[in-house]
Amino acid sequence: MYGKKVKLRFLFISLIFVVLILTTFLVLKSLEDNVVYFISPSEIKELGEIDYNKKIRVGGMVKKNSVSMSSNQVIFIITDLKSEINVEFSGVIPNLFSEEKGVVAEGFLKDRNFLNASKILAKHDENYMPPEVKEALKDK
Amino acid sequence: MFNYLNPYKIFKINSTLQRIIFFCFIVVLSIGLIEALFLSPEDYLQKDSVRIMYVHVPAAWISLGIFSSIALLSFSVFIFKNKNLIMVSKSLAPSGILFTLIALVTGSIWGKPTWGTWWAWDARITSMLILFIFYILYLLSFRIFKDRERVNKISSLIAIFGAINIPIIKFSVDWWNTLHQPASISLTAKSAIHSSMLIPLIIMTAAFALFSVLIFLMKYNTELIKIKNKGLKRL
Repeated sequence: MYGKKVKLRFLFISLIFVVLILTTFLVLKSLEDNVVYFISPSEIKELGEIDYNKKIRVGGMVKKNSVSMSSNQVIFIITDLKSEINVEFSGVIPNLFSEEKGVVAEGFLKDRNFLNASKILAKHDENYMPPEVKEALKDK
Repeated sequence: MFNYLNPYKIFKINSTLQRIIFFCFIVVLSIGLIEALFLSPEDYLQKDSVRIMYVHVPAAWISLGIFSSIALLSFSVFIFKNKNLIMVSKSLAPSGILFTLIALVTGSIWGKPTWGTWWAWDARITSMLILFIFYILYLLSFRIFKDRERVNKISSLIAIFGAINIPIIKFSVDWWNTLHQPASISLTAKSAIHSSMLIPLIIMTAAFALFSVLIFLMKYNTELIKIKNKGLKRL
């Protein structure tokens, strides 16, 4: 139906597009360590060598009953349900920071089980509901 | 059939359509805002800041949708060398860039009370910023290059390059750890947004879609006037 030129142009531009996708994929794949915003406690356990002078972000869930607050310090445990890491932080915590909710802590590792955080971010999950519905779900 | 493709006719139909769509937009937006700001409940966790979502999410959806259309049209421009398609995609871009900016700004305003930061270099937010840059490049290409043949080629190429970013934005939250939450609504699974909050979200999406159609029609008519001023009988 279409002329030879049109077909040729279609092939050419499709080819460019495919090559571009491949390139982007490979670039992102090789940069994966930098693309992820945080790593999980399990991944820290599996790290080969730890750079104690490099800032890292650890994300996961705040373990139930693990938060202890004193006048200007918060200590809690981040868990991904497989491994855990202790976090110590002094400063302002976001409003949505609470137990059994997502959290990202940024700071320096002391060792594989301890992070000295300089910043805490609360992670919000994809669920949105009114308070009554939340209550109803809890009762179940 | 070809009578309808006459620029003069299109211009007239367009002008009438604009009035109808403007009216619809005002009505839908009013209903949407009342639903979103007053009638919908607050979130159990975010309290009132959940209302930012009713602007943020529709704006993000529409900015992605518009860029996808521009990319698809540009792809066809390359193949069929149709000058009308380039005018259509050029007219789509302004509302696209506006909604990208709205999504970025409202996301930032929501991020401060929720996450505790205005900005994070996570994959979703960064790829959205890249989308904004692509929109700027796309619109700039029409200003920088004057030669028509050249403009068509370069702007289409920018759109096709930028198209790769679209699935990255969409799936960034599934592929990598991000601060941004994963999608709440999908075609297959049950919505993670409660229905009382889903209704204003859908109405606001309709309002924003109407707005972008309106801006598109206005831009398209401007392009038609430009053609007339150049003294071209047809495209």
